[in-house]
Amino acid sequence: MTPPDEARGLRARLSRPGETDGLVGILVKIVLLGLVDAVALYAVFVLAAQEKWVVLVVAVVLTVGVNVVYLRRDGLPAKYLAPGITLLLVFQVFVMGYTGYIAFTNAGDGHNSTKSDAIESIATKGQERVPDSPQYQLSVLEKRDDLWFLVTAPDGTVALGSSDEPLEEVDDAEVDGSGKAVAVDGYSPLSFDELLAQQDAILEVAVPVSDNPSDGSLRTADGSTAYEYRSNLRYDEAEDTFTDATTGAVYRDGGDGSFVSDDGEELVPGWKINVGLENFRRAVETPQLRDSLVSVIVWTFVFATLSVALVFGLGLFLAMVFNVASMRGKRFYRVMLILPYAFPAFLSGLVWSGLLNTEFGFVNQVLLGGAEIPWLTDPWLARFSVLFVNLWLGFPYMFLVCTGALQSIPDEMSEAARMDGAGPWRAFRAVKLPLLLVSVAPLLITTFAYNFNNFNVIYMLTRGGPRFEDTTSDIGATDLLITMVYKVAFGTGTGRDYGLASALAIIIFVVIGVIAGLLFRRTKALEDIH
Amino acid sequence: MSTVTAPRRRTFRRWFAELGWRHLVGIAVTVYAAFPILYVLSASLDPSGTLAGSSRLFSTIDLSNYHDLFTDPSRPYGRWFVNTLVVGGVTAVGTVFLGALAAYAFSRMRFTGRRMGLLSLMLVQMFPQMLAVVAIFILMSTIGDVFPAIGIGTHAGLILVYLGGALGVNTYLMYGFFNTVPVSIDEAARLDGASHAQVFFGIILRLVTPILAVVGLLAFITATSEFVIASVFLTDPDQQTLAVGLFGYVSEQTSTNWTIFAAGAVLAAIPVMAVFLALQRYIVNGLVSGSVK
Repeated sequence: MTPPDEARGLRARLSRPGETDGLVGILVKIVLLGLVDAVALYAVFVLAAQEKWVVLVVAVVLTVGVNVVYLRRDGLPAKYLAPGITLLLVFQVFVMGYTGYIAFTNAGDGHNSTKSDAIESIATKGQERVPDSPQYQLSVLEKRDDLWFLVTAPDGTVALGSSDEPLEEVDDAEVDGSGKAVAVDGYSPLSFDELLAQQDAILEVAVPVSDNPSDGSLRTADGSTAYEYRSNLRYDEAEDTFTDATTGAVYRDGGDGSFVSDDGEELVPGWKINVGLENFRRAVETPQLRDSLVSVIVWTFVFATLSVALVFGLGLFLAMVFNVASMRGKRFYRVMLILPYAFPAFLSGLVWSGLLNTEFGFVNQVLLGGAEIPWLTDPWLARFSVLFVNLWLGFPYMFLVCTGALQSIPDEMSEAARMDGAGPWRAFRAVKLPLLLVSVAPLLITTFAYNFNNFNVIYMLTRGGPRFEDTTSDIGATDLLITMVYKVAFGTGTGRDYGLASALAIIIFVVIGVIAGLLFRRTKALEDIH
Repeated sequence: MSTVTAPRRRTFRRWFAELGWRHLVGIAVTVYAAFPILYVLSASLDPSGTLAGSSRLFSTIDLSNYHDLFTDPSRPYGRWFVNTLVVGGVTAVGTVFLGALAAYAFSRMRFTGRRMGLLSLMLVQMFPQMLAVVAIFILMSTIGDVFPAIGIGTHAGLILVYLGGALGVNTYLMYGFFNTVPVSIDEAARLDGASHAQVFFGIILRLVTPILAVVGLLAFITATSEFVIASVFLTDPDQQTLAVGLFGYVSEQTSTNWTIFAAGAVLAAIPVMAVFLALQRYIVNGLVSGSVK
C-alpha cells in the first residue's frame, strides 16, 4: 500500500517544524511538564541523599530529554511517541539488558547486596548479651516514626542513637532527679502507654555503639534499661575476616561472594559479585541441570508446534464445517464455540486441574466411572493433558480467524477447480488451503510464539510437574522454558537463584531471536509496512 | 433441523450428508466447549465444599459458597475483585492512549526512523516482558527505595510495568485502522485552523472508536489474566489481583477449597464473558481484519 497523493501534502506539513498549539494546549503542556519536573526534582534530592549517583544521572538525563522533546518547536512525531517509547525503553528494553547483567552475577537468596551490607548484617545478626555489660539507663524517644535510644552510661555521659544511626554523645539533654536523661529537643519521649503499644518494635531496636558493627549494639528488654549486645562473630577490617569468638574459627572472603571458614562453612548473607559465565556453565555442565534443560527445551518446541497444529487443525475443520450458507443455528454454535476464548485464561487451567484430578476429578469419577487415571501426575499423560487443555483454550480463536479467511476467498475459485474435474478434497487442498495459508501464516507464527511462552496453561494446570526424579531442582515433565525460569527465580522449593534464572532467560532470548530471524526472512509479513 | 418435514428416507440421507453431520459436529464441539464452564457453575452451587462432592452436576443448588467467598478475611475476594478492575482498567485506558498516540504519529507523519521504529517495535514485541521478571523485580525494588509509591507491592508500579508493553501489537492494530481513515479529513480540519492536537483528540480518536474499544478490551483481559509479574509484585493478600489470589486459593488444597474457588471463578468470569459476548462482533471483525491482509 502506498499513501494516496493527497496525503503527502498534509503528512509533509504535519512533520514540518513551526507548528503551534492553542492556548489550552500550551497551558496543559506547562502544567504536565511542571509536574514531571517537580517529581524529577524530588527524585534527585532523594537519590542524592542515598548517594545513588548512577540512577541520579539517568533520572536527570531522562528529565532533560522529556523537556527538550516537548519544549522544542519542531520534532512533532517525538511528542506523540515519547510517552510510550519511554515506558517501552525502561520496562521492556532496559530490563532485557539488565537480565543480561544479572545472568553474570550470583544474585539470589543471600546474595542480594554489597559486601559492606553483608558484613554489617553478619555482625548484627545472632547477637548475644555481653556477660559483663554495664547497665545503661534508657529513655525511648520518637522522631518521624523512628525510635531513638537516649542512654545514660554509668559514668554519666549521655548519648543518642537509633538502629540506623550509631550512638553519639549529646550535651543538651534534659536530666531528671536521678541523673537519667529523659528528653532532647526535637524528639518526643514515649509515654508508658506508648511504650507498651510499641513493645515489639522497641525489642527489635539495636543501636550500634560505634561505626564499627563489631563493637556491638545496645538493646533493651524492658524499655528502661539497655545492655550491650555483641555477636560472636567479630569482623577484622585489616584482615577482611570474621572470627568466631567462641570456637575461634576464621571466616575468609572465599571469592564466591561470601565468607567461608577453612572447613567450608559459609556465613549468610553473602553479597553479589560477578561470576562471569558461571551460570551458563552450570546450566550446560551440571549433569542434572543439563538433562532437565535439554528435555525442557525439546518439550517447549514440541508443545508449541503441536499446539499450533492442533488448534489450527480443529479451528479450520470447524470453520469449514460451519461455512455453509444454508445451515441453521450457525450463530448459536458460534457463540458456544467462543465460550472458552471468553473464559479468563488463568481460570481455565485451574478449572481443568480440578476436572482432571486423579481421585476426585469429574473426568475420572463420572466420565470414566471411577477410574483413577493419573492425568496430571504421570509424565506422558500430563503432557497429553496440557495439550488437550490448550486445544480447548485455543481452537475458538483459530475458528474465528479461519472463518474470516475462508469467507474472503471467492467461491468462484473452488467452482473453477471443480469444473476442471477436481473433487472437493482436491479443490480444497490445491486451491483454498494455499490461499488460506497466505492470510493465516502470520497468525500461526504469533500463535507459535505465544505458546512458546504459554505460562498460564502450564503453571495453572500442572505447575510444570510431575517433577523429574533425577534432578534436585524443581523442574518437571511439562515445564516450558518460561515456567522453569519462574520457578528457578521465585520457586519456594529450592531457593531463589536470580543469576541462573536470568541465564536461562538469556538462552530463551537467543532461541527466540534465531527463530524470529528465520521467520522474518521467510515470510513477507513485514512487506506492507510502507 | 425443522427443514426436514417429509420423513422420506432418501431426503433424510441427503439432508444428513449435506447438513446433518455438521450439526452432529456442532453438538459435539458445543459440549466440549461448554462443559467445563457448566461444571464450574455447578460446583459453585454445591455446598459440600470439596472437589469430590462436586462431581454430580447441579444436584443441589445453594449459594453458601458465594457467601463464604466474601467472609474469609485472610482471602479478601472483594478486594481482589476491585484490585483486578483497577489494575485492568487503568492499564487498558493507558494502553489505548499510548498506542493511539504512537499509531497517530506512525500513520499521519513522515519522519526519519519511522520504518525502523515500526520494525523495532515488532521485534521487541517478540521477547515477552515476563521473561525479564527477575530484572523487573530488582529494578522495581530499587525504584521503591526512592519512590515507595511505585515500588514492589503497589498497583501503580505494576501498571507502569504493564504499560511498558503498551506499544507493539496494539500500535500495529491501531496503525492499520488509522490508515483507513482518509487523510482528507485531517486536511480539511487543518485548513480550518485546527492544531495537530485538536485533529487527534477531536477528530481522529472519534473516527477510530471501534478499534480503541477492541484494543482496550484485549488489554484489559491481558492485564487481568497476567500472573507472572503480578505474583512477584503483589505479595500482600490485600493487594493481590484475582489471578494471584485465586491461584493461592486452590494451589495448596485443591480438593477442600474447591467449591468456594468455583464460586470465585464464576464471579470473575461473568463480567469478562458478558463484555466479550456483547462485543464479539467487533472483536471477531478486529481479529479477522488482522488476519486477512
